[in-house]
Amino acid sequence: MTTTTVTPQPKTSTNTVRVTLSALAIGFLILFALIQTMPFVLTVANSFKCDAAVENRPMAFVPNFSTISCRNAEGVFVSADAQVDGLFFSPSVDGYNRILDDQLPRWAFNTAFLSVAVTLLRVVFDSMAGYALARLKFPGNRIFFFVILGTMMIPGVVLLIPRFLLLKQLGLLSTYQGYIITLAADAFGILLMKQFFESIPKEIEEASMVDGANRFVIFFRIVLPMATPALTALTIFSFQGNWNNFMDALIILGGKTDLYNLPLGLTVLRGSGQDIQYDLVLAGSVITTIPMALIFLFFQRYFVEGISYSGLKG
Amino acid sequence: MADSPQASVALDGSLPPQVTTKSQQKRADTIAGLTFVGPAMLVLFVFLILPLLVALFFSFTDWSGTRPLDSPDAYDYVGFDNYERWVIDGRRVDDFYRAIRNTVYYVIGVVPIQTMVALVLAVIVNQKWLRGKTFFRTAFYFPSITSSIVVSFIFLFLFSGGGPINTIIEAINPRYEPVSWTTNNDGIFHLALETIGIDEDNAGGWTDAEVLGLDLWDWVAGPSVALSTIMALAVWTTTGTLMIIYLSALQGIPSSVYEAAEVDGATGWAQFRFITLPLLRPTTFFVVTLGLIGTFQVFDQIYVLQNDQTARTTTSVAYLVYSTAFEGTSPNLAEASAIAIVLFLIIFVATILQRRFVGGDQDET
Repeated sequence: MTTTTVTPQPKTSTNTVRVTLSALAIGFLILFALIQTMPFVLTVANSFKCDAAVENRPMAFVPNFSTISCRNAEGVFVSADAQVDGLFFSPSVDGYNRILDDQLPRWAFNTAFLSVAVTLLRVVFDSMAGYALARLKFPGNRIFFFVILGTMMIPGVVLLIPRFLLLKQLGLLSTYQGYIITLAADAFGILLMKQFFESIPKEIEEASMVDGANRFVIFFRIVLPMATPALTALTIFSFQGNWNNFMDALIILGGKTDLYNLPLGLTVLRGSGQDIQYDLVLAGSVITTIPMALIFLFFQRYFVEGISYSGLKG
Repeated sequence: MADSPQASVALDGSLPPQVTTKSQQKRADTIAGLTFVGPAMLVLFVFLILPLLVALFFSFTDWSGTRPLDSPDAYDYVGFDNYERWVIDGRRVDDFYRAIRNTVYYVIGVVPIQTMVALVLAVIVNQKWLRGKTFFRTAFYFPSITSSIVVSFIFLFLFSGGGPINTIIEAINPRYEPVSWTTNNDGIFHLALETIGIDEDNAGGWTDAEVLGLDLWDWVAGPSVALSTIMALAVWTTTGTLMIIYLSALQGIPSSVYEAAEVDGATGWAQFRFITLPLLRPTTFFVVTLGLIGTFQVFDQIYVLQNDQTARTTTSVAYLVYSTAFEGTSPNLAEASAIAIVLFLIIFVATILQRRFVGGDQDET
C-alpha cells in the first residue's frame, strides 16, 4: 500500500472531509428518495378520503381502523374534521365504489386487452424483423435497417393528425382493431431483438442448417426459445408503454367512451370545469398504477437491463 | 468430420445437389428475410412513414378537415400559406411563438436539471460504501413506471390550493398565504424582477418592442408559475430513468482506471472531472438527446394540467398541434399539420446542434 508513507495527521483530516461528504451524499439520496415516494404515499392515502378531506387535510396519511362513509345517515357529506385527526384518518372506500360501479371496470378491461394484443403482435413481428436484420442476407437488408432507425426520429405529435385521417378512411377509427394494428410493430423492439440475435453464436443455427432445417423452423424452434431474456424485456416495455399510453388512445379511441383505456378514462373522472373530483381521480390513479407497480417489483431486473440496453445503444 | 464414415457417405451422395444448394440457400434467405421483415415493415410504413408524408402533403393545402376527402373540391393546394400564417407573418404568429416560448423555457429548464440530478444520483449510488443501493434505485425509478396522466393528476393534487405543497409550506412558515400554483400565469423572471422593484412600466422602452408577434417583455417572462409546476413534474418523472442509464454506464468503467488515477494522486474531484465525466460523454449525449426529444414534444402533462386561465403560458407546440386540429370553433387540420412539420424540423435541428456541441464524436453502431 502506498498510503503507509502518509503521515497520520493529513489522513485524519481527509477522513473527516470524507465522512462529511458521505453524510451529505446520503442525506441527498434520502431526501430525493422521499421526494420520489411521498407523493405516492399521499396519493394512496387520499384516495381513501372523501373530497372534503382531500382538499382540506391532505397530509393525514396513517389510516386507523374505523372506516367511514362519505355521507352520514341523513345523506349529508361528512366534514374533513370528521374524517381526519392529526396524521390519522378513517378510510372510506366510497370513491372506489363509485368508479367501480361506473365505467372503470370496462376501461380496465380495454387497457388490459389492448396492451396484451399489441404486445403479442410486437413480440412476433419485432423478433422476426430483428432476426432478419441480424442474420439473413437479402437485398434491402441495410436499407430496411436505416429506415427503421429513421422512424425513431419521427415525433409522435406529427403522426396525430395523419393517423386519425388514415384510420378514419379505413373505417378503423374508434375500434380496438384500429388501435392494435397501428401499434403492432415498433422500431425500438426491432432494434432490441436485432441486437440480441447478433449476440448469440451463429454455430447453433449453422448446425441445424446442416441437418436440413429451414430458416422458419430454425427461428421458431431454436432461436426464439433462446431469446427469452430479450423477449421478456420487450414484453415488459411494450406492455408498460401501452398500459400507460394516452396520446394514441386519445386520437384513435377518443370518440367512444366504451373503448377508453385507463389513462383516457382518468381525464373523464376528473369532471368538467375547475372543480376536480380528487377522490375519484386519485382512486382511479391508484387502480391504474397497481398492475404496473406489481410488474415492476417482480421484474425489476428486466426494467433495469432494458433501460441500460437503450443507454448502451446511444 | 472427414474421418467419420457416415459424413463422407453423406457428402458423397449430396455433392452435386450441394452446388445448387448454395444459390438455393441464397434464394431461401431472400424469401425468408423479406417474409420475416415484411409484417413489421408494413406496419411501420403504413402507420409511421406514410403519415409523415400525409402530414407534409396536407400542410400545403387548405383542407380544414370538414369537407369529405373524396369530393373533387375537397381542398386546394395553397403552397406555404399555412406556414406563413403561423410562423412568418400572419394572424396566428403570436399564438405560435407563445407556444414556442413556453416550450423553449420548458426544455431549457428541464433538460439540464434532470441530466445533472441524474448524474449526481448515479455517482452517489455507484459508491462502493453505499448500503441499500437497490432501495434507492427502486425509489428513484418508481415514478417512471406509471402513466404520465396519473403523474399529472398526482401533481395537480400536490399543488392544489389546499394540497400538500401549500400545507407543508404553511407548516414551515405560518405567515405564508397559500398560492394557487396551477392557475398562476406570472412568469418567474418577472416575479424575480418585481422583488427588486422592476416592472414593465419602469424597465425602459425596450419592453414594448414586438419580436415575432410578442412583446420583448413577454419573451423574457420566464416560465409561468403554472408551467414551472409542470417542469417540476417532468424532472420528477424522468430523473430516475436517466439515473439508471448513467448508473449502468458508470458500472461499465473498469475500476483499474480509478486505481491507476489514485496511484497518480488524483483526488475524488479530479477523478470525477478528468476520468468519469469524459468517459460518460457518449452517455450524456444520449441522455440529453432523449431529454430534448421528450421535452420538445411535451403533451400529456399539458393536456391534464392546463386550464382556461393558463392556456397562454402553458400551451406547448405539441399541444398547439392538437388544439388547432381538434379543438375550438374552427379546427383546421391543414394548419395543424404545418405546425407539426415545423416541430419535427425543430427537434431534428436541435438534435443535430446538440450532437455538435455535446459531442457525438463517438461512433455508435
